[in-house]
Amino acid sequence: MVSTAYLDHAASTPMLPEAVEAVSAAMREVGNASSLHATGRRARRVVEESRETLAFALGARPSEVVFTAGGTESDNLAVKGIYWSRRRTGRTRVLASAVEHHAVLDAVEWLVSHEGASVTWLPVDDLGRVDEDAYLDALSDDVALATVMWANNEIGTVQHVRRLADAAHEFGVPFHTDAVQAVGQLPVDFAASGVDALTLTGHKLGGPLGAGALLLGRDVACTPLLHGGGQERDVRSGTLDIPGARGLAVATALAVERQPETAARLSSLRDDLVKRVQDAVPTAVHNGDPADRLPGNAHFSFPGCEGDSLLLLLDARGVEVSTGSACSSGVARPSHVLVAMGQDEPTARSSLRFSLGHTSTADDVDALVEALPAVVERARR
Amino acid sequence: MKLLAAMSGGVDSAVAAALAVEAGHDVTGVHLALSEAPATLRSGSRGCCSREDARDASRAADVIGIPYYVWDLAAEFQASVIDDFVAEYAAGRTPNPCVRCNEKVKFAAVLDRALQLGFDAVVTGHHARVVDGVLSRSADPAKDQSYVLAVLTPAQLAATVLPLGPHTKDEVRTLARARGLAVADKPDSHDICFIADGDTAGFLRSRLGEQPGAVVEDGVAVGTHQGTYGYTVGQRRGLGLTVPAADGRPRYVLSVEPVSRTVTVGPVAALDVSTVLTDPPVWSSPRPLPLACTVQLRAHGMVHECVATADGAGWSLALTTPARAVAAGQMAVLYDGDTVVGSATIRSAA
Repeated sequence: MVSTAYLDHAASTPMLPEAVEAVSAAMREVGNASSLHATGRRARRVVEESRETLAFALGARPSEVVFTAGGTESDNLAVKGIYWSRRRTGRTRVLASAVEHHAVLDAVEWLVSHEGASVTWLPVDDLGRVDEDAYLDALSDDVALATVMWANNEIGTVQHVRRLADAAHEFGVPFHTDAVQAVGQLPVDFAASGVDALTLTGHKLGGPLGAGALLLGRDVACTPLLHGGGQERDVRSGTLDIPGARGLAVATALAVERQPETAARLSSLRDDLVKRVQDAVPTAVHNGDPADRLPGNAHFSFPGCEGDSLLLLLDARGVEVSTGSACSSGVARPSHVLVAMGQDEPTARSSLRFSLGHTSTADDVDALVEALPAVVERARR
Repeated sequence: MKLLAAMSGGVDSAVAAALAVEAGHDVTGVHLALSEAPATLRSGSRGCCSREDARDASRAADVIGIPYYVWDLAAEFQASVIDDFVAEYAAGRTPNPCVRCNEKVKFAAVLDRALQLGFDAVVTGHHARVVDGVLSRSADPAKDQSYVLAVLTPAQLAATVLPLGPHTKDEVRTLARARGLAVADKPDSHDICFIADGDTAGFLRSRLGEQPGAVVEDGVAVGTHQGTYGYTVGQRRGLGLTVPAADGRPRYVLSVEPVSRTVTVGPVAALDVSTVLTDPPVWSSPRPLPLACTVQLRAHGMVHECVATADGAGWSLALTTPARAVAAGQMAVLYDGDTVVGSATIRSAA
């Protein structure tokens, strides 16, 4: 294939050159940030400057940054750690939206099956937004934790996190949000959002794979998943990945600084994509909130088609997209997000996500729109 | 041609895909996910269905340099193979699930989808040959799988590519090693892929429940059983007889009758049959009847000379020399030399 149109930035977006440079520079240095000698102090300085950079970019305090190995670890740490700490106070119910990423969904289900938790899954409307009446009804003083993502990774719908967090606090319930897709695409300010814990990861915003963070409010008790040297305020032991932290901080700072122009450019490109896909395939249905969604996200159902057939045919034409959710064996299952939004299984299986990022151009959209009609025709059952 | 290679994660299908690429075809690999809840690691001698097997398949595709996808056919496999397997045993027959999988899944659901998506044919790692739409035996008699492919119609065979036909299994492993395929030394699979522990009777018991009945010889009860599905014609072990045979010789299952829950046993000589009646056949390479040919009555079984004549819509096969322990539900596959003529499900034998 001569050229590739990469329309899967929500899976992983290219690293920013500045982040590659920062990671490379940090990799040339020796040092354990926990060592007491001069080399250790130099390493610690890189870590702490990275922590400050990250905190400043996201409206958090440096002490609220817990470096992790990525979004899945941050979600697991928040969900399990906060649950374990609150369980001692007799609170054992978890509120979680039905459209969470599997890193939250499966962590909650594990708490239910192994740790004595109960769960109230929060329903969503047909745009994928959490039903706030149901949420308010579910809140009470037996709830250990509420968790609702900032913006959905499949259909892009943005949740009203501030309102949800405020309501939780009236019942003394800590609120976690998975903001993996939001940082760099939407304005994200930890303090202003009112949330108690926030997940982010590097490779969705131009940073390295395998580097993420949990922003964790200073007064939020969280039992560790990993025990050991007591790094990261005793919540996440393990020798710090200095190149990872550095790359994450540099990329986050740039992504946040550029967010307004990125959002404007991507939403205009995305709106063009949506309109042209609908013109090219009149039966295509655009899913999610038409306005209040991630700037780089477009998500369509193609009635009568199998999503994985569409993916195969587009891939053969150099157009790279996603069916939304794949389990580890690579089997495309009907998306739990679309099912929660009320779609039937055949419709849920007929969908594709197109996600744009900082390297996307009009050429990528052209390639998609050019390939799509014949592909949909071929894949139609 | 644009070919879709079914890749189980084993050495045969990996080499088949590689040979298809080397023959100049445009090849795409797919792994068929046949289990709703795949095990993480392979166990026993099963050849597919675990995530480890899926990984082996994707590694092979990467090394060969072809696109690779996973297709979820768990629902089709459940309905066409597993449910059919249980129903056939419940009806007193001995099914061959690999035949059913080829007939209903690999060369039906998968082939149909491949053709719809613009592929010209399906490539598999079966040890058999298809030349100009005619199916015949592999160069490796010990590994020949023409028996389990004999259910394919001429239309299906026309869209089937079997690159391993001219090669022995040893050659296939050598070819795999020469291409850097890590599955070169992966053990052969031979158990039923959806019965993890190999305990077929236990698998059937868990689905059909206990259905106790009598074990009978010459009309006299000589023991009891917990379900006819635990017995296959020709079986000698595990009969649980409480009355010793008059002649002191071993007893074998002669027939299984699920409605009356009767398992009939008898001496070895009573297993011999010389006439086999079948359901309507599938002709892979049609011939006029009556036909003097050879017949194979089970996978990896010996061949018998016979004369096939029409019997209603099915065949009546008159064997020149008797065959032992012929189970209803297995396939009778007719051969002309090494060429497959057709196949039919065995209805009865006497």
